[in-house]
Formats: sequence, C-alpha cells, structure tokens
Amino acid sequence: MTDFFNSTIGLPYGWAWFLATIIGILVIALPLMLAVAMIIYADRKIWAAMALRRGPNVVGPLGLLQSFADGLKVFLQETIVPAAANRGLFLMAPIITFTVALIVWAVVPFAPGVVLADINVGLLYVLAASSLGVYGIILSGWASNSKYPFYSALRAAAQMVSYEVAIGFVLISVVLWSGSFNLSKIVEAQRAVWPIIPVNGFGFNPLLFPMAVVFLISALAETQRAPFDLTEAESELVAGYQTEYSSMSFALFWLGEYANVILMCTLNATLFWGGWLPPVDWAPLYLVPGIIWLFAKMLFFFFVFSWIKATVPRYRYDQLMRLGWKVFLPLSLFWVFLVSGVLMYYRVGI
Amino acid sequence: MIQAIAFYLFAAIVILAGAMTISSRNPVHSVMWLILAFFNAAGLMVLVGAEFIAMLLVIVYVGAVAVLFLFVVMMMDIDFAQLRTEVARYAAIGLGLGALLAVEVMIAAFAWNSGKVHLGRRVAPIDPAMPNIQALGHLLYSRYLFLFEAAGFILLVAMIGAIVLTHRERTGTRPQNVSRQVARRPEDATRNVKPPVGQGVEL
Repeated sequence: MTDFFNSTIGLPYGWAWFLATIIGILVIALPLMLAVAMIIYADRKIWAAMALRRGPNVVGPLGLLQSFADGLKVFLQETIVPAAANRGLFLMAPIITFTVALIVWAVVPFAPGVVLADINVGLLYVLAASSLGVYGIILSGWASNSKYPFYSALRAAAQMVSYEVAIGFVLISVVLWSGSFNLSKIVEAQRAVWPIIPVNGFGFNPLLFPMAVVFLISALAETQRAPFDLTEAESELVAGYQTEYSSMSFALFWLGEYANVILMCTLNATLFWGGWLPPVDWAPLYLVPGIIWLFAKMLFFFFVFSWIKATVPRYRYDQLMRLGWKVFLPLSLFWVFLVSGVLMYYRVGI
Repeated sequence: MIQAIAFYLFAAIVILAGAMTISSRNPVHSVMWLILAFFNAAGLMVLVGAEFIAMLLVIVYVGAVAVLFLFVVMMMDIDFAQLRTEVARYAAIGLGLGALLAVEVMIAAFAWNSGKVHLGRRVAPIDPAMPNIQALGHLLYSRYLFLFEAAGFILLVAMIGAIVLTHRERTGTRPQNVSRQVARRPEDATRNVKPPVGQGVEL
C-alpha cells in the first residue's frame, strides 16, 4: 500500500508509509474488535452447550447481538472511581491492558505478505509486548486500594512471569528449528515437515509436538483462562483485579482479555500448526485463501480453550506454580538441548 | 522527516520521564515513569537500527526488572512525611552526582565536536545486510564464545549463591505432597456400608 500512495498518488515516501501504516492498523484493529465481540458470544454459547443450557438467545437472531447489547449497556453506565483509589493509575490500567493486547497483532502474518510489520525480530516483539500485559493487572490491583484486587494482582504477576519463562524456551525450540525470528519465515519453514505425508506444521513433527502442548497450556496460564483463572477466582477474590471497575474501564479489561485469548490461539496456529498454510501440502488446498486457514485453526484452538474452560476444574495456586516451575521449565529447557542436538546431527553433521 | 519527528518525540519523552522519575512523590509513580523512559529508550534503539537491543531492553528491563521494582515498591509502607525529610539528607550527594554527570556529558560533547576517534581496525567486520540479531549471534558464538560462556557461568554462580544465601530448612511444616494426592483413590478414603435400620453407623 505504501507503493500505491508513493507512486500512484505521488506522496513523498515517508508520508506514504505513514498513511499506509495507519490504514493497516485500522484494518487490523477494527475487525479485531468485532471478532472479540463475536468470540465472547461463541465462548458463552460453547460453554452453555457443554452445560446443556441455551446460552445467550434473546438479543438478535440466536442471540448474536448479545455482546453488542452488553457493550452498549456498559457504555451507558457511570464510571465509578473509588475515593481511596489512585485516580490516574486506576484509569490508566485498563487502557494499558487493552493497548498491549492490540499491539502484538502488528507482527502476526495473516497470509503470505499480509502483515503490518514484517520485522526480523517478530517473535521477540511478541515476547516483549506480552510481558507488558502484566502491568495493566498489577496497576489495577494496586491503584484500586482494595485488598482483593491487590491479592489478585500479586497472583497474576507471579503467574504471568512464571509461565513467560516456559513460553520463552518453547519459542526458542521453534526458532532453532525454523532458523528465524520472523513470523512469516517461521510459517514458511513449516511447509511439508514430513517427506512421506507432506503435512504443514511443526506440531506434526513428533519432536516438536510436546512443545506445542506445553505452549497451549502455558497460553492458558498466560491469558488467565480456566483452569488457571486464579486471578479472578470468584469464590475467594470477588472478581479479582477488576472488582472495583465499572462501565467502560471494566469493558476495556474484558476486551483486552479476549483480544489476548484470540492472539494466543492465533500464535498457536502460526507457530505450530502452519499459520496460513493448509494442513496438508497438496495443491488443491492452496485454492482456499491463507487467511481462511489461519482463521479456521484459530477458531479450532478457541474451541479447545472454551472446552477446557467448561470441563476442567480450577487449579490450586501451589499446583499452578509447581506445573510452571517444576514441570514446564525443566521440560522446555531439556527440549531446547534436544532440538539443538538433533539439528546439529542432521544439519551440521557433528 | 518522520525519523526526525520520532527521534525528538522519543528523546523528549525519555528526558521528561527521567525527570519525573526522580521528582515524583509517590514511588509507584516513579517506577511507572522509569518504565516509560525504558520504553522510549527502546524506541530510540529501533531508530538507530538496533532492533535486537531494543527488544531485549523491553523484555529484560520492562518485562522483568521493572516488574520486580514495582513489586517491592508496592509492598512498602510509604511514609510521605519521612520521605521529605530524607530528601534534605541526601540532596548533597544527589547534586554532586548530577554535577559529575553533567560535566561528563559536556566533556563528551566537546570531544565529539573535535572530531571522531580513529579506531585502529575493526576486529570483526559485519556484513551491513545481515540483521543485527544474526550478526550478534555470529560474533558471540564464534569470536567471543569463551567470554560469552564465562558471563553465563558467572550469572549461574550468582543465582546459586542467591539461593544458598536465602534458602533455609523449614521444620514443622506440612507441605502438599502432590504425588500422594494424585495417587489417592476413592477406595482409600471412603467406605460403602449398609447399616441395619435404626442402628446407624459407628463413629
């Protein structure tokens, strides 16, 4: 699009790039908001179906407009700031959560060449941006000046920092295998990982499959979805860090949380299951646009997330920490050694 | 043009955030300003083409170190009145350090104006087309391998040292034994009885 503004309309390169980037951001962010609204509806429907209930079915046909009705409702509510709260940080926390959930999407490739920022440190950018997500939660807990949000913030911070370590090592195995930090190149490297049945995706590689499982579970912990939703464990912490929030500040947390969930599903699809490549490297499957394959994989993983939420009981906090530090960290660290050893043997021949 | 705007934006915010870090009353606000300063410094790194360093700055400092700072600062019981009396005590040291830094910056600026330093030769010439994450990797894992490993080793020793210093054996606690909890079956904990009517079960 930069070329279009630059050569067809005749803007100088800098301004053409600026305009193209702004349009790119809008093209990603606005449909994302719509997707978040629909995915909340899907989550509630899946959850209801597994509990043999109907779920949202009143607003609009099949209840499709439920999320928009909820959005309108919170938009019209009054924003309440507790008297003892730290006003500035209290209002900034949901904005940080929401913004951080959006900025990671800049490096996600939707189809060959369709990516806002095709940078060669893409995966590091994802790690950097996801490590910022914890600030929104810590700040909301502290600024609320209330004990349950504060407990929740402490839990969230410990949980996210712990699981980021495991995620980092899992990403290193992927980077070692694909030889690049660029997400588009990682997707390209997943073409036909098996010689006999040419399936696309590192997850089909038996060596990397355990890492795909570790990543999926760590993604649940990182987004604080059930069974790791101890930060908003309603039986002990009221509503966790969002207890004191109302109106749009509450809605921003909600939107940011679900945008993060979609992001983690997309990353799962991109890093382990071939991104915009079809599952099998077979010519007719390439007739379907890459973005549809990506969305299909993303929705599948979202279904898995909802499925887990509906069926698995919540972990105890010590079990959560044990899983992160005593199981996933040694396992993923060992896998880094294993993957580099195998790569040395096959590619370098030592 | 856009680069210049971005540079002045980032640079101005770094300076402003740095000033606010030392002048804001609330320590939590100080840490937040510090994070803003880190973040904009990362932006400056991106502008000079060191994207790997920028990402490391955000991951390590913003994502890990500053979270720990924030944790510690939030846990403190802050007494604002006492904080203000301490300012007078440490003002002399602070001003001295500030003056030292200002002089250093001035010397650097004069030295820079008088022409650049001629390096003898570059020990490891880098292909300009190579992304800097690869260039750093090549350098660290070939030429500076032993130094790099030594740095890693020192960090490992420091970590073990910290664990040894802070670890203490707790007695009298009853920790969760997860494998025993998992191994426990319904038969071990419950019993199915059929008591005669009117007699109940034994306690």
